[in-house]
Parts: sequence; structure tokens; C-alpha cells
Amino acid sequence: MRVGVFICHCGNNIAGTVDVARVAAEMRKLPGVVYATNYMYTCSEPGQEEIKQAIRKEGLDRIVVAACSPRMHENTFRKTIEKAGLNRYFLEMANIREHISWIGEDKELNTNKAIEAVKMAVAKVMNNKPLYSSSFKVNKRVLVIGGGVAGMQAALDCADGGLDVVLVEKSPSIGGMMSRLDKTFPTIDCSICILGPKMVDVVQHEKIKLYAYSEIDEIKGYVGNYQIKIRKKATYVDWSKCTGCGACMEKCPTRNAYDHFNFGVATTRAINIPFPQAIPKKAKIDPEFCRQFTKGKCGVCAKICPTGAINYEMKDEIVAEDVGAIIVATGYGLFDLDKFPEYGAGRYPDVITGIQYERILNASGPTSGHILRPSDQTEPKTVVFVSCAGSRDKSLGVPYCSNFCCMYIAKQAILTKDHIPDSQSYVFYMDIRSNGKGYDEFTRRAQEEYGAKYIRGRVAKIYPKGKKMVVRGADTLLGTQVEVEADLVVLATAVISAPGAAGMAEKLHISYDTFGFYVESHPKLRPVETNTSGVYLAGACQGPKDIPASVGQGSAAASKVLSLFSKDMLESDPAIAQVNINACVGCLKCVKTCPFQAIKEEVLRNGRKVAKVIETVCAGCGVCTSTCPCGAIQLQHFTDNQLLAEVNAICQS
Amino acid sequence: MDTINLSNKIDWEFIEQVKEESGQNPSLCYQCGNCTAGCPYTNYFDYPVSMVMRLLQAGQKDTILNSKAIWLCATCETCTTRCPCEIDVAHIMDTLRIIARREGKVSEKDIKLFYDSFLDSVKQFGRIYEVGTLLMYNLRSGHFLADADLGPKVLTRGKIHFFPTKIKGSDKVAQIFERFQKKAKRHG
Repeated sequence: MRVGVFICHCGNNIAGTVDVARVAAEMRKLPGVVYATNYMYTCSEPGQEEIKQAIRKEGLDRIVVAACSPRMHENTFRKTIEKAGLNRYFLEMANIREHISWIGEDKELNTNKAIEAVKMAVAKVMNNKPLYSSSFKVNKRVLVIGGGVAGMQAALDCADGGLDVVLVEKSPSIGGMMSRLDKTFPTIDCSICILGPKMVDVVQHEKIKLYAYSEIDEIKGYVGNYQIKIRKKATYVDWSKCTGCGACMEKCPTRNAYDHFNFGVATTRAINIPFPQAIPKKAKIDPEFCRQFTKGKCGVCAKICPTGAINYEMKDEIVAEDVGAIIVATGYGLFDLDKFPEYGAGRYPDVITGIQYERILNASGPTSGHILRPSDQTEPKTVVFVSCAGSRDKSLGVPYCSNFCCMYIAKQAILTKDHIPDSQSYVFYMDIRSNGKGYDEFTRRAQEEYGAKYIRGRVAKIYPKGKKMVVRGADTLLGTQVEVEADLVVLATAVISAPGAAGMAEKLHISYDTFGFYVESHPKLRPVETNTSGVYLAGACQGPKDIPASVGQGSAAASKVLSLFSKDMLESDPAIAQVNINACVGCLKCVKTCPFQAIKEEVLRNGRKVAKVIETVCAGCGVCTSTCPCGAIQLQHFTDNQLLAEVNAICQS
Repeated sequence: MDTINLSNKIDWEFIEQVKEESGQNPSLCYQCGNCTAGCPYTNYFDYPVSMVMRLLQAGQKDTILNSKAIWLCATCETCTTRCPCEIDVAHIMDTLRIIARREGKVSEKDIKLFYDSFLDSVKQFGRIYEVGTLLMYNLRSGHFLADADLGPKVLTRGKIHFFPTKIKGSDKVAQIFERFQKKAKRHG
């Protein structure tokens, strides 16, 4: 065995606090090491060339590079030695930068530590085995979960790229939060006017299969080969017959059903089509409110429906779909008013949330776009906006900023003035966060042209006084308490993760943070990937995001799927668990502990039960190896022998 | 207002002292003003409570210790309840009063006297003896007839009593005071 060791200076990053020449000299003394050198930048082209030259000239067959973290350059050097004819797994990296030179100042101690670290790498590389990846076929269909603007964009981009798309939307119509908005900042263009055409594109695209009012029941498989079970929730209306005429909705005697689309600003019928531009434009029954379900008799809609589409006996239906990749675009949720006892906790009808006000402003909303306050349907002349209602509030468990409230409040203040020219808006804010293109100009315009009064301070309480709502807050710039007698109060309630986000993450085997937002693979360099290969993120499921950012991420996720599917076969990482069936006792503890469901039971020809690793699913985490009572399951490239050799290298000297 | 030279006029020691004695971290305050917004006494304060917090962050020891605000605070704890950063603001106000008293910088002498009279009464009887407390306060402060007109009203309704009532274990309460005094002496 002929080992070559390359110590990198990384400019002054390593050489500044580690005597690299001494490390190289020490390595030359080790048995098996036939070549050791130090170089200014090993990752540079001449640096890599030197490795290749040494492999040829010295006949090296194992390489150790002592440099930065393997997360940075392991792949670089693997390719380098591969080009020189070695198996890529005959490379070991010793991290003497992040682990040593950056954290210690004493050159003597650092150098000693670096010598030990490189010794370990040498011991490991001498035990390395050549590994080869295998390839498997990819199912080039993609599942998009969530039909909001991010999910729609991802679905359209994938479909335009030639992929078959399965789009699953939880609510009866696609469109998401954006379909509820009146106008969009900072251009004040009508939200549904720009979203509507996209929604139509989605439903008309021959490559997109839409499951509305459906949820994901089960996800099995791995990148390239997922098996999905979709639950089509019972709508009690046969959508193949429903024409969306709306006759049922008109005649339905139940008028007090909760209107999910309008966030409860108005009520709807027990059988309803959420909004005029809904896609698919089909009716569904809310059994919670329908008299046929609650009282057992009514049947008005069944009688009135011209196509006989009503079916009270309908049950949920499970549909199976096979896909190769998944884009998660499940969006966000909003804080409820009951989180704010000091603001009335939802008891005052004229204290509403931002999204409710959006519905009131909206021409297709319950007030047909006339601003009328909920209590007495009169026009409010004084409107108070309270930003950070829950956001940036540790005591409510939301320490983060909700990202887009500053902007939509400015927009709503502008629209209020547009609708009611003699109105006055007040905005209580802590900081104005408007860092998008054209955003700051927009919040300034709300103040300069539309006369919105911005007050820097929080609101302590809201209480009724006659027909008015008294808003008491602070103006920290004046250093006083202030009070506004308002007709309507709009709270910019905090953005939270979508209801059920954690459960969905568990089905997908992706990680989520304390707040239920999904965690991307790298906050800067892999913003739409997850740590589970084949699963991508788009939109506010990853964190509060406005429309442009959500659309951008939708497209980004689609491009990731398209590049994944550009190959017919995928290569698997060979650094995965492997079972020695002779040593396996078939206890199957590994099956239970595997977080990726990558191990299954296999019955051998002689009837003996053993564990079997599904190569393509195994992520190489190593949990199984520490679980196995008899050492039968070994993580390739990190076997017990290899790790013990490292330990011996520093403990036996 | 004078220019505050932040290079040499931030009293870092004072910030640390308040931090240690109150167990609260003033750096958590992002100046949202919710404490001021809810404060029922802010009209009487020379500095609203959010500004006291800001002065504390800026280490303006003299301004804070000489302020009326820290003495006028009624410790109703609305600020503590509302603070989104979970700072016990009332505790900080309390700490500031203690430090001011220790350094002999009491801007509202009467309030200090009232506290003293109240505590003396509790020490003596194990609970508050209202008439005694008031008389003591009025004598000490020189406001001999303050609130005297209220006397007959509350007396006839039985809200307060002429003679002190001792509680069971009042000696135990007195011991609390003794223990505290000893501890205070030990800590200087």
C-alpha cells in the first residue's frame, strides 16, 4: 500500500496557526506513507495537478488530503483521484482547518493536533475499500403538494418541461392564499387577475393531473420511485356531473355555514362553490352544517341539481400514484384572534385580521368590494392597522418576522384611502421592513401620498367605546401613550406554519423547525432542496414568504426536478449500510430504528429471516449499525474496522 | 437635550449591576413600547417606562436613578405581562429603586417614606395596620392631614380599624425582616 499525504496551507487559514511542513515531515515517518508534501492551495488547479502527478510518479494508491472540511472539497478531490485512475473512495480528508487552525491560536498545540488528525486519516484510508455506485431507473413523474401560487408555478414549470405532474390540493379549489387577496404590492395589480390565468393553465394543461379537495395519505419509496396514496375527500357531489351552475348553493336552506374561503367574514351555504373563479368550479357539501347530515332530512340540493350530481352516500376514496420526485408547497397558516385577549380575543366584530380585511376589500368578496365594517355594515372613516400582531413576540412563541405584513398593511392603507377618500388610516409599527424591489418606495407612498399616519409603537389594548373601538398604544418617538378612536381595527396577525405541517413532514421524512416550517438543505446554497433526496420545497412552507419569492422558489424547485429527471438512471451513493447475512440473527431491530424505512425483512431460501437494505433508500446515517447487536450491519466507508483503525492511530502511539 | 458621548458616558458596570440584581437582560428589549402603551401611570412619569429601559441599555445611571418614574411605578406588572420579549420590567424598576435607595438618590422622598411606614407596620403587627401606617407616614412626611377627610368614611364602613389586629405568627414575620437585615448587612 502506498499512501500519499497532501497538506494544504489554505493561504494563511491553516498555515497561519499550523506548522504544515512539520505535519508533512511527521507523516513521512509513518509506515505505508511514501509521499507527503504541503502546498499553498491544494484545491487549486495546480494543487490538484500535483496530486495526479504524484499518483503517477510515486505509484500512490491511497490519498489523504489534510485541508478544509470534507463538506467543502471532498467531491473535488474524489474527482481528482478518479481522473488519475484511483477509486474515489481511496480518498480521505483530514479537516485541519475548521477543526484545528480556525479554533486554536497556539501553533505548537495546533500542529500536534493536526499531526494526530492526519494520522487518523492515514489509518482510515489504509482500511478503505473500493466502492462502486449502482444505478436505478427513475419514474419521471412529479408530485406537487399544495395548489397555491408556489405549487402552481412548480407544477406549470415541470409540465412545460415535459414532465407528468400530479397536483394535490387540500381545499376545493387551487389558488391558495393569493386567490383571496384583493391587490398585490407594490404594483397594486389585481391578485386574481394575474393568478386566474395561471389557475386556468394548470387545469387545462394536459400534463397536469389535478386532485382538488384531496390530501396525502401515505408516501412510500425513495427518490425516483415514490408510491403515493392520495385521499380524495368526499364532496358529496359527483364532480364528473357537476357543472358549477350554482343552483344548489342558491337554494340551500342552511345559510350559516362557516366560510373558509372568506375566513369567516361572511357565512356561506352548506353546499358551496368557494369563489367565482374557483378551479375546479365544483360544489361540495360541508356535512358539519348540511341538514341532510345533521338532521337527516332536507335533500333540497339533490332535488334542484339539474344533472343529478348530489350523492349523500359518497365516501373518501384512496387513489394510488407513482412518482419520482415531490415538491412540497403547503403554504402557511395564520394566528387566530383568540391569541390576543388584550385586543378582545375575537369578541369585537370590528377588530379583524389582515386577511379578513383583504376579503372585505375584494370586489368578489362578501361586501362586493365596498369597505363595510362587520358590526353594522357602515363605512369606516378611521382605520387602525396593528402590525406585528403576534410576530416578533417571544412570549407568544413567534420570535420571527412574518415577512410581508409591513407591505400588505401599507397596501391596505393605500386601498382604504382609494375606496374612502375622507378616511384616515393609522399604522402602529415597530420597524418597517420593506426590503424588496420598489418596496420601501411603496411604504413611503402610503405615508407621503395617501397620508397614512405611521406611529412607532405597539398597541397595549383595544376596547369598545360606543360605536368606536379605542386603540391605546405608545408612540415611542414622542415618548407618550397615544389613543385612536377607530371604526375598524385590522391586526396583521402572525404567519405560522400550515396546520398539519409537522405531520406532513413526518410522512415525507423531511425536517422541520421549532415553528413547523420545513428545513432546507442549506440556508444559502441549497434553498429548495431538503435533506431527503427527491423532495423539494417551494413557498411559505419553508418560512414566511411573499408572492415573488414563492413564485421564484416554485420555479427553482421545478428546475431541480427537471435536472434530476434529465437522466434516465440515477446513481446511488455506495456509502450505505450493508448486511452480512451470515452474521445477521434476524432480530430486525434495524428495521424499527431506520428513520428512512430503508431496511426490510428478507426470507432466505433456507427460510431464515434476515435484514435487507434497500440500496436506493438508505441515506447512510448509520443508526442501524449502532443498533445491531451482532455487528452484522455495517455502513460502507465507515465500517467498525475503519473507525477503530482511526481510534488506534491516536490511542496506540 | 445634551449630547451623550457614548464613547465614555455608558456606565457598563451599572448595566451589569442591574442585570445581576434583577436577573433580567436589558439587551432583550427591542423598544417596541408595549410597556409604555399599557402603563397606567405613564402620565405622571418623567420618563416613560420604555425610555427607562432605553436609558438602562445606554447605561445612563444618573438619569435613571434621579428619575421620578422609578418611584412612581406602582409595580402593577402590566409591562411585565405585555412584554413580548418576556422581560420582567417591573422587576427591573424594583431593582432600580433598590439601587437608588442604596446610593441615597431618592427623587421621591414621600414614596420612600410610605414604603418605610408600610413595612414598619408589617414588621410590628405581622400585617398592615392602616391607621398606624397612615399616621406614621403623615408624621414623617409632614403632610399631617393628607387623606384625613377619608378617615371617617372608611372607618364607619369598617374598611379599616382604629386598633391594630395582630395575626398568628407575627413574630415569624418579624423574623423575616431580621433575616433580611442580617443578609443585607452581610452583603454590605
